[in-house]
Amino acid sequence: MAEVAEKPEAAAFDEVAAGTPAVKTVELTKRFGRTVALAGLSMTVPRGEVFGFLGPNGAGKTTAVKLLLGLLTPTSGEGWLLGKRLGDLGARRRIGYLPELFRYQAWLSAAEVLALHCELAPLPRSSWKDEIRTVLDTVGLTDRANDKIGTFSKGMQQRLGLGAALLGEPELVFLDEPTSALDPVGRHDVREVIRGLASRGTAVFLNSHLLSEVEQVCDRVAVVDHGRVIASGTMDDLLSGTTVRVRVTGLTQADKNKLSGFGRLDDEGDSLTFASLDAGRVPELVSSIVAMGGRVYEVAPRHQTLEDRFLQLLEDEEK
Amino acid sequence: MPPFLVIARLTIQESSRRRLLLALLVLTLLVVGFSAWGFNKITTVTRSDGTPLPPDQVALLTSQLLIVITFMFSGVLALSAAVVAGPLISAEVESGLLLSMLARPVRRSEVVIGKWLGLAVLVAIYAAFAGTLELAAVDWATGYMPPHPVELLMYVAAEGLILLSLGLLLSTRLSGITAGVIALAAWLIAWIAGVVGDIGTGLQNQALENVGIVSHLLLPSDGLWRGAIYAMEPDTFIAAMRALGTAGRANPFAATDPPPLSFLAWVIAWFAIVLTLSIASFRRREI
Repeated sequence: MAEVAEKPEAAAFDEVAAGTPAVKTVELTKRFGRTVALAGLSMTVPRGEVFGFLGPNGAGKTTAVKLLLGLLTPTSGEGWLLGKRLGDLGARRRIGYLPELFRYQAWLSAAEVLALHCELAPLPRSSWKDEIRTVLDTVGLTDRANDKIGTFSKGMQQRLGLGAALLGEPELVFLDEPTSALDPVGRHDVREVIRGLASRGTAVFLNSHLLSEVEQVCDRVAVVDHGRVIASGTMDDLLSGTTVRVRVTGLTQADKNKLSGFGRLDDEGDSLTFASLDAGRVPELVSSIVAMGGRVYEVAPRHQTLEDRFLQLLEDEEK
Repeated sequence: MPPFLVIARLTIQESSRRRLLLALLVLTLLVVGFSAWGFNKITTVTRSDGTPLPPDQVALLTSQLLIVITFMFSGVLALSAAVVAGPLISAEVESGLLLSMLARPVRRSEVVIGKWLGLAVLVAIYAAFAGTLELAAVDWATGYMPPHPVELLMYVAAEGLILLSLGLLLSTRLSGITAGVIALAAWLIAWIAGVVGDIGTGLQNQALENVGIVSHLLLPSDGLWRGAIYAMEPDTFIAAMRALGTAGRANPFAATDPPPLSFLAWVIAWFAIVLTLSIASFRRREI
């Protein structure tokens, strides 16, 4: 994508930009030949917010991030990062990015890779040492600072990539599947890093298909499928319903079909799960099952998880 | 440091860390050592009456042998430049190495210029170092020094830079191996087209001559090689070739005239055009 050179008035515009959202897009669209990778993405991510961008594999999440970072050229639509048009070099000074396909110079050490990113960022040379030390400590690579990347495991390389994205206290950080190569401890560490970023007011754009991860750290999410946003809002907005699981025997398929009037039914034999069922209707559901001759062993209402909602959204989308 | 210099430094650093420079150094020392031994043998050649060859004949033999060795050397340099330049951008795009770097305030043009500059410095230094070493070895072995050694090294280095630039341009779009192979094949075709042009000159056939002219314009590597040959030939040899008229110009390992200034100006323009095309191509590349 062609870069937009910094304009002389950029400094003056920064003050105006300070009150602008971290990310704003209007009908951002990307086609690869006849394939629509992203179909009219319009969204706003306020400053300081942890924003989860969810979707199944191939939904268009990485395409969206690459468009925002100027690595791809939009087919149509427009967007702004930190108040600057996509591709603006000045905005990129204040952004951190961990790519999904993370790869760093195998022949450099971890500290050298970070120094390279300090130089390209660019950060004042006097701050490099402290920045690198802090970041290595944050991502747990202090002991491997001087080892060559070629000797690193994938998980360690992903940690290093996260570290590079944190250099210079950016105002906006893009994390594209940041835990794909990490073990449970690493995933926990990443969540802590994201919470740390949020606490100091950094906006985080988190691309992920690991829903529990998103549920734990995000203020707001957008669900994308086939290049379109199919739902968005705060966690509370999205997860308002209750899911009820009933362990029951003695029901025929016809009985089960009748019960689907209570909500979307997930039939796993003796275990029936009703999505988006209001808690007040649980006694009515149990009465109906008993009236049909069913024997109820357990009724377990619980708050809808992001995974429940996500699957429901995708299923609705398919219909 | 501006980003293009950071990228140039990184390119040089990579060649060094990956031991490419060490490998080239060892191979060069081996080749120079062997060729010095071979050149030394020329001075021990005797005529049928048992007397040693007169100095002018030693110089002639040495100059011709030096042209052949330089042809191989420039070939190795061109091959190395094409093979290293071919994956210079494409490999980093495919592996994802450039993703995090291009998300920094770095222009695509700075990546292209930085990588070209880094590799150009390596090609120039290697050509100067290896060429000087070879000339010093020949001088030590036979007492012969080509009439224009500095020009010789510049022509050979420029030939390497041509292949580097072509490889880099192709690398902005094609995979590393494809870019390298195409650049190398283009270099060979340009050399053969140059020979065809020479034959055209010898036969006074305008169509064949035009093949040589067009190939020199499209890929000036062969034209620069002719400059290198001219820089290696003793004056007496050039005079003898000129005396042969058009037939003297039909030898692919001989040159009766230096490359015209207009051609050298075109070489500079060619570099500018290819670098501009590389930048434009990489700017449009989806990463």
